[in-house]
Amino acid sequence: MTITDATALPERQDAPGALYRLAGVTKHYTQKGRRVNALAGVDLEIEAGDFVTIQGPTGGGKSTLLQLLGALDRPSSGSVRLGEVDIAQASASRLGRLRAEEIGFVFQGFNLIPTLTAAENVDMGLEPLSLGRAERAERVAEALEHVGLADRADHRPGELSGGQQQRVAIARAIAKRPTVLLADEPTGNLDESMRDEILALLQGLNDEGLTLVVVTHDSAVARRAKRRLRLSDGTVQDITR
Amino acid sequence: MYWTYLRRELGGRKKQTIIVAAGLAIAIALVIIVNSLAAGVRDAQAAALQAVYGVGTDLTVTGAAQQPGSGGNGQQFQFGKDSGSASGGTRTVDQSRLMTDFRRGTLAASTLATIEKIDGVAGASAALSLTNTTFSGQMPDISQNGANAGPQGGGQASTQSGSDGAGGSQFDITSFTVLGIDPGNTAVGPLSAVTVSSGRTLAASDQGKDVALVDATYAKTNSLKTGGTVSVAGTKMTIVGIVASASSSADTASDVYIPLDVAQKLADTGDVVSTVYVQASSSADISAVQAAIAKALPKDTVSSQADLASTVSGSLASASSLITNLGTWLSIIVLAVAVVLAVLFTISGVSRRTREFGTLKAIGWSNGRVVGQVAGESMVQGLIGGAVGLVIGLAGILVIDLIAPTISSAPTGLGQGLPGSGTTGGGQGGPGGFASAAQSAASAIVLHAPLSVAVLVAAVGLAVLGGLVAGAFGGWRASRLSPAEALRSVA
Repeated sequence: MTITDATALPERQDAPGALYRLAGVTKHYTQKGRRVNALAGVDLEIEAGDFVTIQGPTGGGKSTLLQLLGALDRPSSGSVRLGEVDIAQASASRLGRLRAEEIGFVFQGFNLIPTLTAAENVDMGLEPLSLGRAERAERVAEALEHVGLADRADHRPGELSGGQQQRVAIARAIAKRPTVLLADEPTGNLDESMRDEILALLQGLNDEGLTLVVVTHDSAVARRAKRRLRLSDGTVQDITR
Repeated sequence: MYWTYLRRELGGRKKQTIIVAAGLAIAIALVIIVNSLAAGVRDAQAAALQAVYGVGTDLTVTGAAQQPGSGGNGQQFQFGKDSGSASGGTRTVDQSRLMTDFRRGTLAASTLATIEKIDGVAGASAALSLTNTTFSGQMPDISQNGANAGPQGGGQASTQSGSDGAGGSQFDITSFTVLGIDPGNTAVGPLSAVTVSSGRTLAASDQGKDVALVDATYAKTNSLKTGGTVSVAGTKMTIVGIVASASSSADTASDVYIPLDVAQKLADTGDVVSTVYVQASSSADISAVQAAIAKALPKDTVSSQADLASTVSGSLASASSLITNLGTWLSIIVLAVAVVLAVLFTISGVSRRTREFGTLKAIGWSNGRVVGQVAGESMVQGLIGGAVGLVIGLAGILVIDLIAPTISSAPTGLGQGLPGSGTTGGGQGGPGGFASAAQSAASAIVLHAPLSVAVLVAAVGLAVLGGLVAGAFGGWRASRLSPAEALRSVA
C-alpha cells in the first residue's frame, strides 16, 4: 500500500487499511438462457491508495467483479464491503449514493454522451451530488484541467480523439472526488501512444492517493500496478511478484 | 443541466422529435378544428332555429301532419272561362292566393288560450304561416272553344290558339312566405328574433289593418321600402317597417309579416293558427310543460328545441353528421396513432440508449432522475406537438372563418314559418311553383368555427397527456434497467 500526496485531489479521505473486503463472494446470472457462474468464492482485500489490476481470460468474471466493487450489482452470496457499507445488504438508494459519492467509473468505450460537450459530460457526474452551480463549475474546470483538457471543454466527444475522450471520462469520474476509481479496460480502445497518455494519467492519480482498480488485458497496464490479480474460473490469485 | 441535457437530446435526434411532434400536432389541430366546427354547426343550428321560432322559444305546438293533399286550406286558384281578360284567342290571368301548409293541419285559435293556462308557461303567442302564390300569364281562351271551365291550378290546355298561337300557355308563378302574427304580442315567437332596420314593428293598434313588415332581404330583392306597399292575396298592404334577422348568419322566419286577423281573413282560413310558440318559466320546467301541453292537446304536435334541432336538414345537417361522425373518429384515430407512435419511439429510444442510462446509473444517477429525464423529453415533445398543433388549428379556424362557407338549412317536418327569401317559382306549361316554393324555403347560413378556451385547453391537455403516456412507458422501461445488465448487454 502506498499513499502519496493526497492534497492534489482536494477533500479526499485518507483511509489507511482495507478499503474493500470481499469474503466468499459468488455471483451467477443467466445470460441468453444459460447460467453463468462468474465468481465462485472470491476472498479479497484492497487497501486504500492501492493500484490493483485484474487480469484473466475473457469470461473469467473480471467485469462482474468490477461491477460488484462498483456497487452496480449484488453478489449471489458472500459479502462485499466498501468501507463500512455491505454492498450485498445495502438498499438500492444507498448503493446509488455510494456510486454517486465514493466510486468513479471509467469504461472501455468511454461512455460519454455524444450530444454534450466535454464540460457537460463531466458535469453529469456531479448531477447526483446536489452541489451549487458555482461549485459544480469549479469542479468541472478543475477536473478538465487535471486531465489536460481545459482548452477542449466546449468540444463534443465526436470532436475529440479516443485518448481525449477517455480523459474526459476520467475527468467525469474524478470530479466527484471519489474514494476509488474503477476502470474496465480503460486502454482497450486506444493506440499505443494514447494508451501511454492514459496510463500516465492514471498513475498520476494513484500517486495523488486515489485507489485504482483496473480490469485489463494489457500487460503494459498491469506492469504499472502495485498489485496484480488474476481471475480465472471465478477465483482470484494474486500474481504480484 | 436537466434542460441542457434534454435540449441536446431532442436536438440530437431531430427526426424522431419531428415525427412525434408532428403526429401530435396533426392530432391536436384536428381536435381543435373539429371541435370548433362542431360548435359552429351547433351555433348555426341554433341560429336557424332561432330565426324560425324566435328568441327564448322553448316549445312549439303545431297541428298534426296531414296525408298528402288533405292538409292546407284557404284559397285555391280558380280559372273559369271568364277569368282575366281575353284578346285574340288568348286569355290573360293574374291571380294571387294565400294558402296554409298543405302538409300540416292548423290549430284552433283557442289553442293559445288553452296553453297559456298551463302551469309553467311564461308566455305564448300564435302565428299563421302562409304562402302567397301569384299566378300570372296567358292561356288559351277556352270560352271560344265552348268549354265551361278551365283547369284548376294548371296550365294544361290544348287549343288552336294561345299565347304562342299554337294552343300553348305561358305564365309565371311567384311566391313568398307570409306570417300572420298577433301584433300585440311579439315578445315570444318569430318577431322576437328580428331587428327593425327601417320604420317600426307591428303594434297592438295594427290589429285589423292592412299593414305589413317586410324582411330586409326580400325587400331589397323586390325594391320594397317603408311607406310603400306589398300585395298579399291581391290586397295592397302598407309597409310599416323593414326587419332583419338579429343573427348575422341566418334569415328571418318569413318574407312578410301581417296582423294575424288580417292573415286569417285574406287566406279565408277562419279562426285558426299554424303554430303556438311557448316560453317556459325556466329551463327546468320545459319537460313538464311539454308533457302538460301534450296531455291537454293530444292530437297536436309539441316539439322542444332538441326535437327541432333534429329536424334541421340540408347541408347543415350533412355538415353536422360529417363532423360528428367522420371528424370525431378521425381525431380519435389520429390522436391514438400519434400517442402510440410517441410511445413506440420513446421505448425504442430507451432501448437505444441502454448504455447511456446504464452509465448514468453507474455514475450515481438515481432511477427517479433517469425516469424524470425520459419523461421530460417526452413531455417536451408533446408540448412542441401541442404548440404546433395549436398554431395549425388556429390557422385552420382562421381559414374557415375567412372562407365563411355558406350552408343551407331547412327545418323540416314541422312545416310552419319556414324561413324564405322571396323564392320565385316559375314555369311554362304547369304550376310547379307552389310546391317548389314550399320545399325550397331554406335558410342560407354562414358557418363559423368559434374558438373556445376550453377547446384550446383540452387540446394542449391532450398533447401533454400524449407526452405523459409516452414518458410513462419510456420511464418505466428505463427504470427497469439494471446498471450492471445495461453495461453488460453493451459490453
